[in-house]
Formats: sequence, structure tokens, C-alpha cells
Amino acid sequence: MAWFKKTGDPETDKTVKIPQGLWVKCSSCKEIVYSKEFIKNLEVCPKCNYHSRIGAYTRINLLVDHESFSETNPNLVSADPLNFVDTISYKERLTISQEKSRLKETVVTGLASIKGIPISLVVMDFSFLGGSMGSAVGEKIVRAVNDAIVNEYPLVIFSSSGGARMQEGIFSLMQMSKISAAIGRLKEHSLPYLSVLTDPTFGGVSASFAMLGDIIIAEPKSLIGFAGARVISQTIKQKLPEHFQEAEFLLSHGLIDMIVDRKDMQKTITSLLIMLINR
Amino acid sequence: MRIYLDFEKPLEEIENKIEELRQTKEAGEDVDSELANLELKVSRLRTKIFSELTPWQRCQVARHPDRPYTLDYINRITDEFIELHGDRAFADDPAIVGGLSKINGQSVMIIGHQKGRSLKERIYRNFGQPNPEGYRKALRLIRLAERFSIPIVTLIDTQGAYPGIGAEERGQSEAIASNLMALSGIQVPIVSIVIGEGGSGGALALAVADRIYMLENSIYSVISPEGCAAILWKVTPGSPNTNLSTAAEALKLTSRDLLSFRIIDDIIREPQGGAHMDHNEAARNIKRVILNSIEELRTYSTEELLENRYNKLTSIGEYTEMDDREMGMA
Ligand SMILES: [Zn+2]
Repeated sequence: MAWFKKTGDPETDKTVKIPQGLWVKCSSCKEIVYSKEFIKNLEVCPKCNYHSRIGAYTRINLLVDHESFSETNPNLVSADPLNFVDTISYKERLTISQEKSRLKETVVTGLASIKGIPISLVVMDFSFLGGSMGSAVGEKIVRAVNDAIVNEYPLVIFSSSGGARMQEGIFSLMQMSKISAAIGRLKEHSLPYLSVLTDPTFGGVSASFAMLGDIIIAEPKSLIGFAGARVISQTIKQKLPEHFQEAEFLLSHGLIDMIVDRKDMQKTITSLLIMLINR
Repeated sequence: MRIYLDFEKPLEEIENKIEELRQTKEAGEDVDSELANLELKVSRLRTKIFSELTPWQRCQVARHPDRPYTLDYINRITDEFIELHGDRAFADDPAIVGGLSKINGQSVMIIGHQKGRSLKERIYRNFGQPNPEGYRKALRLIRLAERFSIPIVTLIDTQGAYPGIGAEERGQSEAIASNLMALSGIQVPIVSIVIGEGGSGGALALAVADRIYMLENSIYSVISPEGCAAILWKVTPGSPNTNLSTAAEALKLTSRDLLSFRIIDDIIREPQGGAHMDHNEAARNIKRVILNSIEELRTYSTEELLENRYNKLTSIGEYTEMDDREMGMA
């Protein structure tokens, strides 16, 4: 799946460095922004409204009721079934990424409440190996789906991923069908599943659980698609249209329900859940 | 004219010689013993070459231009086949074919990726790379089969779903995702066979099944060796092949690898020298497996079938618990 660029390299082009310094440069409009203002604005560019990539725990804090989050399976990590080695070994790559990101894996899962409504929550973090999906991501999400079913809670997933984790080869591909099967079970129980797409959501993640939400929400200007823009332009040997694969492009093509600003996310999710579960 | 892959070249010389001798034989010369000798020699050499293929060489066999494609198999294994077209919404995608068939008297829905052989047909089939409407056509046929309790057979042969502007506009991701979820709950037996290339999500979208088989020289991978090498070894088109070999090896994409991981249920043998050498024999081998699998899967109740499929799908993954101290995070 050549849709992810630079998987394995957590420093990707769109990462906005939150500074020791006073200023940050928006990776979307390239404007220089006062960093205090940027952080106060929930890491959203005040000039162009680009919603920059934020860490999983930051996002959880913005979303759920104070101290309501209890993490599940925090120690579950991928093994190395292929003994994969490229320029360095996959094991080393995992260790380096764990140290850099201070995360053990790409996905954080747990139970929480949002305005008093209990939910099973999944949040992906792009800073860990480009949000790539391997066996641990698959297993943790399936367990979060099961937690939703057992407790009769709605499921909320925030996606951010370059796609499958190629260092886990066929095992990473099979996480797509694994999670999709679990989502299928959730739907049999008539429990709501809200899928929130954040920048970027591609490949094996978008082509499985991210696009299976009962309601699909995206953050403004997030890049979302199946194949990466570079792969597409190489294949068709054409320049891509402006704003191609941005959230607004998906909305206009009928692929998502709505675009919601980060500052309104909690309120919107709460309202949707209240309507769906008819509380 | 036969097409010889690089590592098949040693066969070419002997096979040309055999051809020459056959012609002199027709002219009345006694060359029987020499001919028999050469035929034995070429057969041994072919067996030797094909038993020692590297993963990268296997990729080339899986993509061999003479390899049988979905319709070649359908024509050989069915008593009758009626192709059904279109997704009822946008278009008919020639990169996926499907329809109702009879195999040894029983109804089977067959769906598969379809590559083309001539340049014209290859373009018509979009090189076997489906657009969303292809996956939606497949889903329509799958649901049709379910309603009439007809088992489903899918034949997998694509380098991947098509990466194009229209594909993105029409929801390639959604189409694949919907198939994955739907197939996991379809209430009839599903048998999948990787006949050539199993290229990532575009292959998997037809390959969620109760039984999954691979032809001996087929491949199945999350990314092509080319794509993998481009990302991890920064290989660009035209650079030497060594990194492609390394990538093909690292990805563990052969039928033997996938059987050892228990991702597939079994390997289907190919004729000596690969499926392209004898389409009929390859088709017979596939037909036997299809009939046996369907017969076996019919012994389960719908509930058992779905429970087994769900457990098969959700048990895949290699993970472990990591101590906090291992990272110094405690
Ligand atoms: Zn900006």
C-alpha cells in the first residue's frame, strides 16, 4: 500500500513544531504565528484554521470530562512477526519511536465520559510511526469495540494515520478486516459509532474502520483519502486539483457527514450521542 | 511465442532445440532418443529452477503475462457462467468480473479481479486495478448470493485498488471498508483463492473468507516490493533490482510464508514451471479445492460459520505486553 509517505519517520512535513521558541510556522498557510496564541487556540492556525496534528492525550483532555478517562491495555505493543529489517530493524524503530513520542503504540484506548455520557474511546497519534496500523493497533481497537458492546457504550474513534505499517507485512493488512469485522458486530448491537477523521487519515485506516462510522466527522482541512497524493499523481501523470483530498473536498463529494472545528468537537459529539441514544 | 522470464532463460535454449528436433522428426529423421533425453533434461531443470525461486522471482511469476486470469479459470471450471454487470449507481468496472455459475451442477457466485492480456484489453481492464464501483458491484453480487443461499468464490489478482482522482471522489476507501465489514457477516460460505497478485487493500476487499488459499507462485502483501523499496530504501524507478529482491524477501509475501503465519489455509499446487505452462491443469487444481471447501463449509450451521469466520478474522495479529520499566516510562 504505497499510500503512506515516510512511515517510520515521525517528523513529517505537516508536523508543526511546538516550540521552545516564541513563534511557530503553520505548515498549511506558512504564516508565522505567536506560539502562545497557537496553543491557546487548541493548536489551530488562527490565520487559516488548519487543525494541526495533536497528541493523543492532548486530544483526550480536550474532549472528555475531567479525570474521567481510564486507559485500557496501555502496555499492549506490536511484536515483530516478520523479523523485519530495512535500514534499521523494526525492533529498533519501535524503541526509537517509543522514546521520541513517549507513547508505547500508535493508539490510545480507554473508557471515559463526555458531558456525563460514558463512551469507549480510541485516539490515534500520528507522532508514533506515522500513525501506522500494526497488530497492536488492531488488537487494541477490537478490544475497545468489545468494551463498547459489553458495557453498551457508544464508540468514538479519532483517526490519524498514514496507513498500514509495512514492517508488519501481511499482519498489518489483516488488521483492516479484523477491525471491520468487530465494527460489524458493534452495529448488530445498535450502538452508535462516531468516526472523527483528523489530519491525515489514509490507506488501511481510511479503507477500514475510519470510513465505517455511523456518522463521520472531519477536522477542517484534514487530508483524507485512500491513496496518497504523490502516488496518485505518479500514476495518472497529472497535477492534482487544488484542495484535493481536503476534508472540504470529501464533504462536497458526499463522503463525510460534516466538518467540525476542534473547539466545537466536544459539543457536537455530545449532541449527536444524545440524539442517537435518545437520552 | 512463449515469454521467458530472466531465470527461465536456461530453459529457452533447450526448448528451442526440442522444437527443432520435432521438426526434423516430422521430416522423417529418427531423433526419438535424443528428443526424450532433452525432454527429461528440460523437465528436471524446470523443476529445479522453480523449487529454488527467490521471493522476487516469485513476484515475477505471479505477474507473468501468460499466467491464467480470473476469466481463464471461470471458463475452465464452470459448467455455465453468466456475467452480471454494474454497481447500479455509477458504472460497470471491467477490473472486477462476477456472475452466477454452475460448478459440477451446483450454483456458485464467482467474483474476481480481471487483468487483460493484450495491450488493448489491459487498458480496458485498467490493469486489474478496480475503482470503487468495482467493489460496489462485487458487494451487490455478494448480497445477491446471500439472499439465495449461494456459496461465494472470489479469485484475487490485483496489484491494488486504483489510485486515481475519480476513485477518491467516489470513495475508494468507503467502498473497500464496506466490503470488509459486509463480508465478515455474510451468511453463506465464502472461499477465496489468490491466483496471482494479492495487492493490499484492493485485494483484501474481495478476500475476507471462510477459507483462503494461495496458488503456489502467487503473492499476497500489504505493499508491493516496489512501493516498499521506494519508501524504506529510497529506490526510484530504474535503479538496480537488488533492493527489490531485499524488499520482496523482507515482506514475506510468498504462499509458504503466509501458510506458516496461518493467514491462509493451504497452498494450491501449480503445474510444473508455473500456472502459465498449463492453464487447464491449474484450473483443475483450483476446481478441486473449491468443490472440497464448499462441501466442507456446508456442514456448518450459519451460526457456526459466522462464529468461525469472526474468530478467524479477529485472532490475526502478533502483539505482546510491554513493561513500563522497559521504556523507562514508569
Ligand atoms: Zn495556517
